[in-house]
Parts: sequence; structure tokens; C-alpha cells
Amino acid sequence: MSPAAPAAEIASAVRSGRRSARDVLEEHLDRIDAREGDVHAFNLVLADEARAAADAVDAAGDKGPLAGVPVAVKDNLCTRGVPTTCSSRILDGWKPPYDATVIERLRAAGAVIVGKTNLDEFAMGSSTENSAFGPTRNPHDLGRVPGGSSGGSAAAVAAGFAPLALGSDTGGSIRQPAALCGVVGVKPTYGTVSRYGLIAFASSLDQIGPFAAGVDDAALLLETIWGHDRADSTSIAAPRPALGGGGDVRGLRVGLIAEMLDGEGVDPAVRAAVEGAAAALEHAGATVDRVSLPSTQFGISAYYLIAPAEASSNLARYDGVRYGMRAEAPDVAQMNAATRDTGFGPEVKRRIMLGTYALSAGYYDAYYGQAQRVRTLIIRDFDRAYDDFDVLLSPTSPTVAFELGAKTADPLSMYLCDVCTVPVNLTGQCAMSVPFGRSEGLPIGVQVVAPVLGEPVMFRVARAIEEAAP
Amino acid sequence: MTARITRPEVEHVARLARLALTDAEIDALTGELGAILDHAAGVAALDTADVPPTAHPVPLVNVLRADEPRPGLPRDEVLGEAPAAQDGRFMVPRILGEAP
Repeated sequence: MSPAAPAAEIASAVRSGRRSARDVLEEHLDRIDAREGDVHAFNLVLADEARAAADAVDAAGDKGPLAGVPVAVKDNLCTRGVPTTCSSRILDGWKPPYDATVIERLRAAGAVIVGKTNLDEFAMGSSTENSAFGPTRNPHDLGRVPGGSSGGSAAAVAAGFAPLALGSDTGGSIRQPAALCGVVGVKPTYGTVSRYGLIAFASSLDQIGPFAAGVDDAALLLETIWGHDRADSTSIAAPRPALGGGGDVRGLRVGLIAEMLDGEGVDPAVRAAVEGAAAALEHAGATVDRVSLPSTQFGISAYYLIAPAEASSNLARYDGVRYGMRAEAPDVAQMNAATRDTGFGPEVKRRIMLGTYALSAGYYDAYYGQAQRVRTLIIRDFDRAYDDFDVLLSPTSPTVAFELGAKTADPLSMYLCDVCTVPVNLTGQCAMSVPFGRSEGLPIGVQVVAPVLGEPVMFRVARAIEEAAP
Repeated sequence: MTARITRPEVEHVARLARLALTDAEIDALTGELGAILDHAAGVAALDTADVPPTAHPVPLVNVLRADEPRPGLPRDEVLGEAPAAQDGRFMVPRILGEAP
């Protein structure tokens, strides 16, 4: 596998005139031509649009921080005039009349959007097998999944199709595929990146974030998309942090999350990698200790009530009236129900049903209300941990990439892939996955978790882990 | 602890969710939702009498924009993406049954 040149180097070369954006793009389109048939990272490759964008960058005076850098974007981010499918049949033929805010920011920074990447339908899944357009395959082993739901974005970076990609993370959908594909993936603090134009799954949990081959490139992309947006009422006016710089961890207090290391189903090789990363941080001058977050053991249950409940509400808009496909039926009520049954795949229907049930009369308090209270308990556990620690460490995924089809027959086994990642979405904190070691020849990801707006310290620790990686 | 979800309950929820599920889908979902809700039973059984619920991770309230007109999306472009439109409006099949 030939890794893509780091994004920062491309931008610097294009700005100085040493390389043209067009030349950079053609190199990446050649890589896509060579391997996309095997990997299927993209729902749509935008070769013509990308060539026009690259030529515009080459002609521009002030070229921007991502000058000429090819970027792959998850196909649940709206791109004006370009099909945006969420890997669902229900949005068949729909072309958004506007760009997501992150897409506008990429274009303004001189980036070149190369294509729309595959995902689990409406970002619901952990393997990218729930796509109406077929699965994406892991570039490290084509018999294995890339993780999900942003599996296409992770695979695109791992295969060198683009040095940068955007995904969305509702319960681990950036971090888990990053871990399984051996790249860096970041879930920023909730509210720091505008969700305007991200097609909603669970609005109190969804967050857009970067994929990159390395920590520095991930920082560069996050700095580009960060910032308040009046079009997203949940975005926060936090000043853009400086995420560049070194990996000095001297004096930092690092907590190893006991429940996520010792939990059932954690591969011993994954546990060893996290302990190896912790030892490397200790060697670099940090102190490391174990910390217990007992409420996180209820994270999966709370998440799989809250996220489907929000999804059942958000996905009510797909009714065959305003966009996408419509099933023919004699009256509007039958048309709505038939369109939704034909247009949605099995996992989306399962979650709509689960969420509708959890919100329905007689069950609201026992399930949805209770899950919201557990959310409070998990927030309290993390707050207590941050009295003693600056950052927390855990596996990103309990296992390395699994084989295609291994978990599709048992929805609950698929949900358990997210055991280490969902607590971070419930609390709004930031977290990222950094590659560290391998097992069975497949990459392992270590998760670095930091408090709300703790991105600067999180990136320092991530850089130290990256530098020490075997 | 609540009893396991039944087939009639699944049919009821499908109606609430506006999903015209097939019999096979209802059968499969009855088992799958039961298994997922069993896993959630631990959450349902926790004593949380003194714990307030969290609906949202960021405590923002009453985020209002200035009350100034701004252009929206072009109407024709939006309607052009609809399955059917007529006279500047979305078009749907009939809403009520026709009189005999």
C-alpha cells in the first residue's frame, strides 16, 4: 500500500508552486482507478468536479491552508447539486440545494473534494455492511470490514485515495473505523463543528470530524472545520484551538479506563496495545494509573435507547413528499408507509421501531427517561475522573477488523462493537483513535479521551502515542 | 421489569412509525427487539430516583437568531427535488377516501 503524502506537505507544495493541485489530484485519481473496484470506498467519485476545483486552486492567488489537498467526504454531508444518499434507497436521486457548512469551509480552504464515501445507511452500523450500495472492504484485508459507519472515509484514507476525509460520529462512527483501518480519527467536542448540512441521525450525539493518516494532518483538518455557525443552534462559540506542535506529555496524568480494558470481549492483543501505549506515555514523562468509571457499563444500553429514539424522530421526514423516492399508493397515508418500508433497509427500520417503542406511551419512563438519567450518571463518572486525570485511555474497538458477515445476523453483537466509544458521545467530550501496533496483521487503535474542549491536550497525547508506535 | 415485547405490540409500533412492514419483518423484529430490550433491562432496573435526566451534552438554552429576514433556498430548486410538485407546491396522492 502506498500511503498518501501528508496533507500538510501537499498544501505547502501547492502554495509554493512546487506542485500543481491538478497534478496532486491526478495522482490520487490514479490510485482510486487502481483499487476502488476492490475496496468500494466511494458511492460517487467526483473526478470532473474535482478537476475543475483543482484547476481553480491552481489559478487562485491566495490558495488557503488545504491548498490542493484531496478530501473524501462521507455521503451524509450535503453537497450542492451532487447526489447525497446516506447509502439509502429512500434518498434515491436527491441532489441537495445547498452545501453543508463543513463543505463550504473545505472549499474556502482550497481543498479538492474527490468523492462521496460509503457508510452504513443513515450512519447506523459498525461495519459499513448496512449500505444499499454494498459493503466497503478493509484495504488491509479485503475479506474484512472497515468498521463503520464512516467505513468508506476510513478506507479511502487507508488506501491512499485521499490524504484526508470527513466522517460523522454518533456512537463511534469515526473512531472505530479509523481503528480498524489503521488511520487517525477524531470525534471533536460536541458543538465545535457545525452540523448544518449533516443529515441528522441522533442530534444530541452527532458530530462531524476528521480522518487522516497521521495526527498532524487530523489537527490541520479539524482547525479548518472548527467554529461557530449561526445555521446550527447547537454550535458553540469556542475559539479555534492551536492543535499543532509537539507531543510533550511530561507531568500529564493519564487514566486507563478499567471497565474498557478488562471488559468481556476485549481481545488480549488489543488490551496489550493499550497498555503498551500507556507505558510509552509513562516513559515520556506522564504518570499512568487505572481509573474506574462504573456507569460506563450501561453506556451501550443507554445509547441504544437514546440514539434510536432521536433517530425515529429525525427520520420521520422521509415520507415520500419532499425528496427522494416515492412508492405508489392510492392515498397519502399508505404512500408514506409503503415508501418508508421500501426505501429503508433492515437496520434503519429496526432502529426506528426500537426508538418509537422507547418513546411510546407506557414505556417512555422505563426506557427513554431512564436512559437519560444514566446519561447523567456517566457524565458524573467522567467528571470525577478528571479530578485526578488530564486524559483517559482505552481501546477504541474491543477487537481488530472482523470478517464480512460475522455479525450481520445478530444485531446486538454488532452494537457491542461500540462499547468503548458510545460513552464519549453521551457526555459530549472529545476523543480520538490513534494506531498503535497490530494483531493478526491488522491495525489496532488506542482511544484518547479528553474533557469537553480538551482538544489541545488530547492532540499532545495522541502525538506522543503516534511517535512511540511500534 | 416489563414483559417481553409481543407481536401485536410490534404491529402497533409499526403503525406509529408509519412503516408498512411485511409479516416476515414483523416476526423478525419481534425477536430482535426483544433481545435488544433484554440487554437494556439493566438500565431499566437501576435506581435513579435522585438523578436528573440529561437530554443534551451542552447546556445551551434559548438560542435565538436576530429577527431579520434572510433569503431562503430557491423554491423551484427545492420543489425540483420532490417526487411530485405542481403550482409551486408539493403534490401528494389524495388525503381522504373518495365518496362512493
